[in-house]
Amino acid sequence: MTPAPRTPSWLAQRAAIWGRLGDSLLTWRRGRLSRQDALKALEGYRGLARDVASARKSLPGSPITAALETLYSSLHAVVNREPRHTRASLRHLYAVEIPATVQELKPYILGVWFLFALSTAAGWGLIHTWPTLVGLVASPEMVRHVEHGELWTNGILNITPSSLLSIRIFTNNIAVTIFACVAGIFYGLGTFYVIANNGLMLGGVFAFTQIHGLDGDLLKFIFAHGTVELSMICLGGAAGVALGESLIRPRLASRRDSLQQCTAKIARLFAALIPLLIICGIIEGFVSPDPDIGWPVRLVVGLANLSLMYAVLSGRFFRSAAAA
Amino acid sequence: MSTDSLTITSATGVDVKLAIAGPGSRSHAFIIDWHIRLLLALTWFAIAAYVQTGVFYLRGKSAGAVAAITLLPAMAIYFLYHPLVELAMRGRTPGKRMAGVRIVNRLGGTPSTLALLIRNGFRLIDSLPLFYGVGLCTTLFSAQRVRLGDLAAGTLLVHDGDEEVKALAQLGSLSLNSSLDAGTVALGNDLLMRWSDLEPARRQELARELLRRIATAAGSAAGEQNLDALKDRDLKQRLRAALSGHPA
Repeated sequence: MTPAPRTPSWLAQRAAIWGRLGDSLLTWRRGRLSRQDALKALEGYRGLARDVASARKSLPGSPITAALETLYSSLHAVVNREPRHTRASLRHLYAVEIPATVQELKPYILGVWFLFALSTAAGWGLIHTWPTLVGLVASPEMVRHVEHGELWTNGILNITPSSLLSIRIFTNNIAVTIFACVAGIFYGLGTFYVIANNGLMLGGVFAFTQIHGLDGDLLKFIFAHGTVELSMICLGGAAGVALGESLIRPRLASRRDSLQQCTAKIARLFAALIPLLIICGIIEGFVSPDPDIGWPVRLVVGLANLSLMYAVLSGRFFRSAAAA
Repeated sequence: MSTDSLTITSATGVDVKLAIAGPGSRSHAFIIDWHIRLLLALTWFAIAAYVQTGVFYLRGKSAGAVAAITLLPAMAIYFLYHPLVELAMRGRTPGKRMAGVRIVNRLGGTPSTLALLIRNGFRLIDSLPLFYGVGLCTTLFSAQRVRLGDLAAGTLLVHDGDEEVKALAQLGSLSLNSSLDAGTVALGNDLLMRWSDLEPARRQELARELLRRIATAAGSAAGEQNLDALKDRDLKQRLRAALSGHPA
């Protein structure tokens, strides 16, 4: 009878190292690794790879081998952790990556704007021809206000304070913009629906207010925040169309890879979209519903907001900030 | 493509095999997290309302500031729980930890901030029409049990082996008896790891058998009566000592 193999000496020697690695792993997973920790993790990872290979050979199917494999895979996740964004990479994101993505999305942006304009015109035509259909695009409360000769936004500040209104508005707008983008995963059809629906509603509401002679008031209300807000929603929509196209016409070997590449690219846009939508929400909460603020101020605020949007999306804002 | 595991060839040449979590583990983690975030949001709401109004709810037409301090943080806790906690805990949440799963990228590494934000952005679609209907369907039918957010972000949920790593750390605390054969060490360690999961009578029987085998290998005559007289706790200690090569 062949004697059973002795416990390999490495098992006895390495057991303590595995214990220390296991303890360190719990700490490494939580926070940022120092240079020394990173080197220690790398050294441990390499050593553990050899141990896993040895254990698979000498202790196949044993719990020690399974535990070593688990420790190895956990350490693999730590070693292959992507770096966190530093200040330099954030600057690069705003100055280079976002403008480049916007440039790349230009045809989609134009297409989405065209769809939005078309659906706005359709909504306008629909309600102008059949005003009784207004219930499709506006809530009963909005309709009641307009029929009484005033916008639903009148006196809103008496009910809700500007700060609360702003937060509610920008939260909703951010959700709509993200939805317009991610809905593109349904081969672009979801985005098409979101943009067309928003266009129909805007056109319909404008037609209804025009019938009651309030379209000027509505334009006055919208101008300061609306230009950028709608641009942001359309930009989100353009990102959604790009997402859909990555599935319809994949540029990489598989649709999954193509989708992932496209998502990683367009997701960066939201680093610009979200702050701009927050600014729009603040304007919509503080400036737009205030009856004491006249056209000149609204015009200046609206144009300044547009300029800011252009500066951010073209990267000029951050390039000039970096130069300063 | 396997639906059960993901095999990655690492830079060291030794492959890493990760067990993919299915819809059951996902739902388990989600339900725990859902309760945690609901509880946190309600706690905030109740405390903030009590501090400001003297009762645990908002009275009639509460002032905007009161509503803002009470409602908005509660909503923020509820809706931003997943992205913020996943970012802070690098792809884990308390629910995932309790369910024994974690998020990894397709290389088995910790996912990037961008990937975590993308998978959370897609919750808007995955949660449609109700109770994560879309997400649940895609995890049931996709190759690697992923929801749309994971598909777009290049992430997946795998089973975590925290318990095994902890058990390995225990093994590290033993100075192993180098005179034993590899099979006995593995078996003994396995028994110690699973001690609390086994029936007392069964584990005692296994421990006695193993101790006899170790004693035979060492050439010492362990008395049958001596082993039979040992209680559960003493047997465990004796086994640990025998594996370490130190007599108890």
